[in-house]
Amino acid sequence: MHGLLAEFGDKFHYYAYFAIMMIGLYAMIAKTNLLKKCIGLGIFQTAIMLFYVSIGAKQGATIPIVDPALGTADPALYANPLPQVLMLTAIVVSVATLGVALALVQNLHRDHGSIEEDEILQRLRGQ
Amino acid sequence: MKRLGLVLVLLAGALFAATTAEFPRLGALDSAPSRHVSPRYIQGSMDETHTPNFVTSVLADYRGFDTMFETTVVFLAGMSCFFILRVLRKKTVTEVFYYRHKPTGVVLAMLAPRRVAPRSSSFERIDADWTPQDMVVESMCLFMVPFIQVFALYVIAHGHYSPGGGFQGGVLLAASFILVGLSRDLRTVESLLAEKNAILAAAAGVCIYSGTGLVALVCGGNFLDYGAYAPFFGVAAPAARAMGILVVEIGVALTVMATLTTIYKLVSSRGTVEEGL
Repeated sequence: MHGLLAEFGDKFHYYAYFAIMMIGLYAMIAKTNLLKKCIGLGIFQTAIMLFYVSIGAKQGATIPIVDPALGTADPALYANPLPQVLMLTAIVVSVATLGVALALVQNLHRDHGSIEEDEILQRLRGQ
Repeated sequence: MKRLGLVLVLLAGALFAATTAEFPRLGALDSAPSRHVSPRYIQGSMDETHTPNFVTSVLADYRGFDTMFETTVVFLAGMSCFFILRVLRKKTVTEVFYYRHKPTGVVLAMLAPRRVAPRSSSFERIDADWTPQDMVVESMCLFMVPFIQVFALYVIAHGHYSPGGGFQGGVLLAASFILVGLSRDLRTVESLLAEKNAILAAAAGVCIYSGTGLVALVCGGNFLDYGAYAPFFGVAAPAARAMGILVVEIGVALTVMATLTTIYKLVSSRGTVEEGL
């Protein structure tokens, strides 16, 4: 029992990311409003960014910038820069792709007068 | 659909939870991602690129290919926004142009655009959905803009030594333009950074990045190996790499700034880039 609790204590943050990811996934699947789907996509991406950055964390390590007092001989003294680099670009790309999504939603609204998925589908079937 | 979605999401959550045991502990020193290339980056960055910030050296040098295509993705996203939204032809609907007489508040509706001097005290062009705006908010927002831009340039130029770089600085520059658009109007942004210039700047940023790589190829190095510039700068290869990283970061910042501003302009004005938020 103690071992299980210790195991959970070291990995509790993953459950938080999974919860955020599930909220985003549910919003993308179940919401009919296209803007809410976009927001769900953003929540999902946030969970993945948190997940990546947490993997780069090291116990007792500092930020990945050289500290002259520490030197660079021991990699354990600095947080892993690789996940941070990957997420740095992912954040900007996610903003740009969100822009594309908003543009598409705007075009749909112009053509169909609604951003509700079921209303647009109804309109398309009715024609 | 909602119930099915909930079941699917719960199923996915259960799958994730079942795999948690395989993931590294929080703060583990010997986790798989920290064992392979990451120690090499941390130990080699200072000697090979003279860049104390590992994130910058990994971003622009060790993983330069990746970042080049990320920049291209940002550029392409801006271009797709342009092609999806931009209204290319004049609508058949007659356009009305509104001009407000500042001292009296009388609004004139014109069927043809009229010229108004940029800082005219008598008339100003206003949007169709114009509402009186708080002067304090507008002045304070415009007051902040130069400071945001100076900080953005600092973030770009100082990316080697402190958190920062092309992506962050580019986003800050774009934020300064968007703040102008929010506090004044879209035409002011258009006069500061015209749509055509923005798209040219975005393309130029991508060209700077890939051009830096190509010139390195011509100089006898590998693609994106900035060490090949050493004879030009008259310094050793690591210092030349630091210079190459800076050039590349400037290209990234140009692309990100121009693309995000373009996306904002198009989305907020429904593709007309005339009247918007």
